[in-house]
Amino acid sequence: MIFRTFGWSEVWFIVQSAQWTLLLTAMGLVGGGIAGFFLALARVSPAAWLRVAAGTYIQIVQGIPVLMILFLSFYGLGLAGFQLPPIVAAGISMTIYVSGYFGEIWRGSIQAVPKPQWEGSASLAMTRAQQFRYVILPQALRLSLPSTVGFAVQVVKNTSIASLIGFVELARAGQLINNATFQPFRVFMVVAALYFAICYPLSRWSHRLERRLHARSAH
Amino acid sequence: MLGAGLATARNAGGRVVRGLVDGYVELIRNTPFLIQLFIIYFGLPGIGLRVDAVTASLIGMVINLAAYSTEIIRAGIEAIPPAQIEAGEALGFTRLQIYQHVIILPAIQKVYPALCSQFVLMMLASSICSAISATELTAAASYVQSQSYRSFEVYIAVTVIYLLLALALRGLLALVGLWLFGRRVSRRVLRPVPA
Repeated sequence: MIFRTFGWSEVWFIVQSAQWTLLLTAMGLVGGGIAGFFLALARVSPAAWLRVAAGTYIQIVQGIPVLMILFLSFYGLGLAGFQLPPIVAAGISMTIYVSGYFGEIWRGSIQAVPKPQWEGSASLAMTRAQQFRYVILPQALRLSLPSTVGFAVQVVKNTSIASLIGFVELARAGQLINNATFQPFRVFMVVAALYFAICYPLSRWSHRLERRLHARSAH
Repeated sequence: MLGAGLATARNAGGRVVRGLVDGYVELIRNTPFLIQLFIIYFGLPGIGLRVDAVTASLIGMVINLAAYSTEIIRAGIEAIPPAQIEAGEALGFTRLQIYQHVIILPAIQKVYPALCSQFVLMMLASSICSAISATELTAAASYVQSQSYRSFEVYIAVTVIYLLLALALRGLLALVGLWLFGRRVSRRVLRPVPA
């Protein structure tokens, strides 16, 4: 037998590569979270040009595939003279991708805070920054939690695309093992099961948060 | 269409059917599209079904989109107040008529914008099919760039094409929405949707 069989050491290799998937997800969520936060602020800013600029950026990011963001940052930055390791390119792409969606999700939650909250805090002589910090954001944060967690599931799944520029995470590990063992069905079932194990709890959590939010707003 | 059927099955069927549909939806929604493609394209031949790349991509996209739209339409159906169904009964509608006019159409109308975003997302996700060598836009781009070694220019051009396609698809879906459900629904299609 020249092929390796799909045994425990292969499964272990795949399980270990899941940490890269998680790392990439974390990079995307942190980077995209920071950028998305400012995008959301820009989307509700009183300055029209800021709103339009942020809106255009969001439309563009939502209008192109993640794969293209990935290819552009991988090849594009390479062309600009930076020889980036795949993880940096993947991290940058995930940040761009996540920011485009978080910006819009969080704009929705900021605007879902009832208007009298603004008026009330303005009548307490708060500056706009204070209004945001003490009145609006705490409420918007709670409103945004279900969709934010729900979107994290999408991010985990989309990190699988980073395998296409050669970054060894869960999906790529599956491909490597498959090339060595030629047992694609089993290999990718294990990979799928691992993704499921990461995503399903997140989905349930998002679902529970959503229900709790609705239960509260029903009064 | 499959999504609508499955959402119906989940709502009308017994506990077993409901469990099956839920299991399917959760399974698909919580695994990456790329892995689903790999299982179909590389895995199915292992159990005796050989499919070519384009067929595999199509199967994958249908399976994937069906799961998402089932979830979306289910949410729409659950948002129909029971009083409306009772009103339909009071008007002497048959079960089928109630189903068609009172439940499914208003439900789809409610979730039409979300459904449209899902369609656009699916169109964008189709770029991943190039990974199993289905010849679509991204695969064509890879081919051109392997011939010309100008990867950045090629991918910029393709990105612009995707962007135009996405905008065009949104516009088209908005028109369909305008024709089906009127202006209020269709305007929501054009906005980027937090979903």
